[in-house]
Amino acid sequence: MLRRTRVHPALPVLALLAIACSGPRDAAPGASAGAPRVITDIGSDTMVNLALAWAEAYVAARPEVRLSVTGGGTGTGITALINGTADIANASREMKKEEVAEARAKGVEPKEHVVARDAIAIIVHKSNPVARLTIRQLSDIYAGKISNWREVGGDDRPIVRLSRETNSGTHVFFLEAVVRRGDKKDKTLLSTDTLLLPSSEGITAEVVQNPNAIGYEGLGYVTEEMKVVAVSKGDDGPFVMPSADTVDDGRYPIARDLYFYTRGEPQGPLGDYIRWVLGGDAQRIVRQLGFVPVN
Amino acid sequence: MARTRHPFEAAIEAIIRLSGYSAIIFVALISLFLLREGLPAFGEVPLASLFGARWYPIEGFYALGPLIWGSLVVTVGAALFAVPLGVAAAMFIAEVAPRWLREILKPLVEILAGLPSVVLGFLGVVVLVPAIRESLGLPTGLTALTGSLLLAGMALPTIVSVAEDALDAVPSAYKIGSLALGASRWQTLWRVTLPAARTGVLTAIMLGIGRAIGETMAVMMVTGNAPVVLLGPQALVAPVRTMTATVAAEMGEVARGSVHYHVLFTVGLVLFAISFVVNVLASMVLLKRRAASGRMLS
Repeated sequence: MLRRTRVHPALPVLALLAIACSGPRDAAPGASAGAPRVITDIGSDTMVNLALAWAEAYVAARPEVRLSVTGGGTGTGITALINGTADIANASREMKKEEVAEARAKGVEPKEHVVARDAIAIIVHKSNPVARLTIRQLSDIYAGKISNWREVGGDDRPIVRLSRETNSGTHVFFLEAVVRRGDKKDKTLLSTDTLLLPSSEGITAEVVQNPNAIGYEGLGYVTEEMKVVAVSKGDDGPFVMPSADTVDDGRYPIARDLYFYTRGEPQGPLGDYIRWVLGGDAQRIVRQLGFVPVN
Repeated sequence: MARTRHPFEAAIEAIIRLSGYSAIIFVALISLFLLREGLPAFGEVPLASLFGARWYPIEGFYALGPLIWGSLVVTVGAALFAVPLGVAAAMFIAEVAPRWLREILKPLVEILAGLPSVVLGFLGVVVLVPAIRESLGLPTGLTALTGSLLLAGMALPTIVSVAEDALDAVPSAYKIGSLALGASRWQTLWRVTLPAARTGVLTAIMLGIGRAIGETMAVMMVTGNAPVVLLGPQALVAPVRTMTATVAAEMGEVARGSVHYHVLFTVGLVLFAISFVVNVLASMVLLKRRAASGRMLS
């Protein structure tokens, strides 16, 4: 009787200890400065599949290196970089002025590396007859000035605007490059009735089943079940479909750079990794995943 | 043997007492933490912005109104579906259904309660969203109504199971007495059994609604998350953004200690305050009724 009661309370305590020990052991190495043994890579959800594919290929060739990749969003990655819990921040937008200032206040000089490019595709339902839109029309649609597909040459249907959540780097890029058409002084906001969906999958699901919907997504997320709209920068064309080639030669207007940020000039194994990412093998993976290689 | 048991029992007693107090300590710590992180927002954001009409945090628009409205619409909508259906189902299982059917229905309801909300949310996106858009002729199926239906589905098992227990616990002397006085089965159920079990039924409703207002994932997947306020019945078929979905979607990206971070804690504070008030009101009603019925019986 006594024996049993003594064993019982000990078990959960032991279990808790085991959990407590495993937590810090995984988290600590990434935090140490200098040459890390484990390279910790945190950030953009757009880039998480790409970062994972790179890490797998790199580790397969160099088993002595350990790489840990996590998503969570561009903002999360940059915060982690500044706080020292990540060695690389994946970012689908440039660092904001406030973020750079915060990093410098903590003695960190962020170093930017353009590691890939990405086209933002404008997607609609398969049955939608609209095949081309200008940036100005897109801006008017998302600002709430155009609310019926008839006004842009489609059927008499209401337009349901879909967007990623405001924490997404893609959202911020879309707001600046499309809704405000690159004008820094423009303070246009997305129409309040724009549906803010928490993931790319949410946008896919709605565009695939709703003939009224319009959405935007990284080219890597586009599937056969939806229709991609050709976009033109000027008001009368030329209208261009997104692809690696049209992004490469600068004809597709809604393209952005994808970044790695590091604390200062990367040294040791981290520097080796970033040189590899910019090289031929890694950039072939970029193309396979539907992104656009750099140079 | 007796000597060794004494200190052991004292220790057990202390542990039990500590567990009892811990509930109070946790609530106190949580509210302190929420206040510490949420109150600075009132100094950092102008009140005109907090009580404005627009929520767009990356450009400094922090209106709480549309979010509170969103949670309210979805929760009231869920209650409209779940309460009548849940209480009726409980009445059927407890009083009308034959024994064998009851024995099948009760465990089935309890299995339903264990469904993870993400699974329900996924079903909502795939099945409910297109169905609502097509059947009601709406521009999109991502509406408050979709969220309400899902939440009702989540609140139902709780309401049915707790209310059924309450109805079952009504002394059979009440029912037999009522039937002996010539009342029909329906009159007995509606005017004797249900009023006698009202405290339990009310608890069931509160627990169900409590689950509905705090639910996040499923709601975030199907309500469209657009922070718009439409007054009137059309609010139910328009997209809404709830407080829980806002915190869940934005907290992960926000810089610690920023204005946006503090405002999100203010949203949490409002949510906490609402559920606190609802709980206090419910227990006040329960205590009052218990006191009244106590007098009546003595």
